[in-house]
Amino acid sequence: MLKGQAFKFGDSISTDLIVPGRLLHLRSNLPELAKHVLEDADPTFAGRVHKGDFVVGGKNFGLGSSREHAPLVIKMAGVSAIIAKSVARIFFRNAINVGLPVLICDTDGINDGDELEVDLEEGNIRDLTSGLEVGFAPIPEIMLRILDEGGLVPYIRKYGDFVLPKS
Amino acid sequence: MGQTLAEKILTARADTEARAGHIVVARVDLAFVQDTTGPLTVRQFSEAGLPLHNPEKTAMFIDHSAPSPAKELSNDHVFMRKFAAETGAKLSDIGEGVCHQLVAESWAKPGDVIVGADSHTVTAGALGAFATGMGSTDVAVAMALGKTWLRVPETMRIRANGKWPKGVYSKDLILYLIGMIGADGATYKSLEFTGEAVTAMSMSQRLTIANMAVEAGAKVGLFPSDAVTQSYLREHGRGELFVPLAPDADADYESTTDIDVSRLEPTVSKPHTVDNTALAKDLKGVKIEQVFIGTCTNGRLEDLALVAGMMKGKKHHPRTRLVVAPASQKILLAAIEKGYITTLVEAGATVVPPGCAACLGVHQGVLGNGESCLSTANRNFKGRMGNPESFVYLASPATAAATALRGEITDPREVL
Ligand code: SF4
Repeated sequence: MLKGQAFKFGDSISTDLIVPGRLLHLRSNLPELAKHVLEDADPTFAGRVHKGDFVVGGKNFGLGSSREHAPLVIKMAGVSAIIAKSVARIFFRNAINVGLPVLICDTDGINDGDELEVDLEEGNIRDLTSGLEVGFAPIPEIMLRILDEGGLVPYIRKYGDFVLPKS
Repeated sequence: MGQTLAEKILTARADTEARAGHIVVARVDLAFVQDTTGPLTVRQFSEAGLPLHNPEKTAMFIDHSAPSPAKELSNDHVFMRKFAAETGAKLSDIGEGVCHQLVAESWAKPGDVIVGADSHTVTAGALGAFATGMGSTDVAVAMALGKTWLRVPETMRIRANGKWPKGVYSKDLILYLIGMIGADGATYKSLEFTGEAVTAMSMSQRLTIANMAVEAGAKVGLFPSDAVTQSYLREHGRGELFVPLAPDADADYESTTDIDVSRLEPTVSKPHTVDNTALAKDLKGVKIEQVFIGTCTNGRLEDLALVAGMMKGKKHHPRTRLVVAPASQKILLAAIEKGYITTLVEAGATVVPPGCAACLGVHQGVLGNGESCLSTANRNFKGRMGNPESFVYLASPATAAATALRGEITDPREVL
């Protein structure tokens, strides 16, 4: 069970808004880069986010560049999951690969600052502030396994190869 | 039931019948990184603890901040060079060009599966390669295993027919399409381009379209491989790698969109999203401080030839700086030989070395507060060119040249 506060963002939060090119020189210094997470979308976010909190977006979260630093610094900031209406493809894979859950559901009923409780197994989000409950789309099995291991690198270290579920 | 291009390629590379919705593990013909994603890839690769599957199928490109503008980035480059030297991975160093252009010139062939730690890896779809962008860790694992897992995408067929009108190019078609379906209109899908207007397109024009497939969210942007593909491969000394590739007539498409190119007009994406499109003629009067011609989208010889032709004997508008970055060394050399570079420099252009240059806002043309740039690149997100207080418009090289001449957004048909 994950528990934390919602930080609400709008539609189309691009990887340029999460970690812009002008901070490229910090990419091999992740703790420093993480201080700027989502800075161009909300300059106060990095200072306010706490361990366990959620980033809640609208449509097409994470569109743009393939930079994996984007989900990585969101995770480093303590965020326990990203919740959005839809998520760009590369960002989705990257987030799972670094062990950051991505949950797809209608986020209109979640407001900035709401207290959320997420049950990854049940596939459901409870907004403790508003009382709202929403289910999220199931995560594909191969991704669930990767997530279970904490990311793709630990997954590969364990299995040595991709293991596809028997269909 | 027949197969789409995506299904055909993945069936061959995964040794199993690949149908939309299946999850497959496909052999990878090329895994590559560039200098913004490469250092993390190398770290993840080392963490995974496996050797390189095949150095001959692994490439590292130093193109995004090349030559380096900062010591931290220089150290990233040192790190990448060291890894390449130790493992035998192929290295392309500063000045050689943008990764996607070099992949098209020297690597991609029809039927390949290519994974690159860069979202515009889709560019090689123009040659009939299932080429898709991934993050550092996915590519690190592909480097180690020589394969990757993929969900076989559903396909949206784009059928372009009609004759190309004067002043309208493939860039206008792809901007129009993204404007129509939206920046998430093809998320997770394969965009497959067919029709007589596609057959008529040069490889340079096709590369522009495939490159921007990701701006509609697509996983790949695929073209059949035909006579144009064959002559492009031959031109680059790789003619023997040609194989014809076409979708089956009875393939199953999620949707089909017909576009009559003869009705298209010069199109521009306005700040701050690619799908925020308008016609160039309706943006008349928008003042532009910098025109940037280059990138993996539109920095090819054909683009430079067009721009040089439009600017010959003229000067850029005093308000508007003109920055030109050829997409590769080969293109730069050919442009020198053909006199395009002389023409552009005489027109007042600042020519910077082959590479990404101003595209991603690290160097060589970062915008000032309140400034606007009209760029031939593929992305105009807030902050993209290094300053969230600036504005980026996207358009074809012809619109860019017309705009450089007039100092404000200009429909190229007024100048051509
Ligand atoms: S030219 Fe621009 S879009 Fe192309 S690879 Fe370089 S930074 Fe990315």
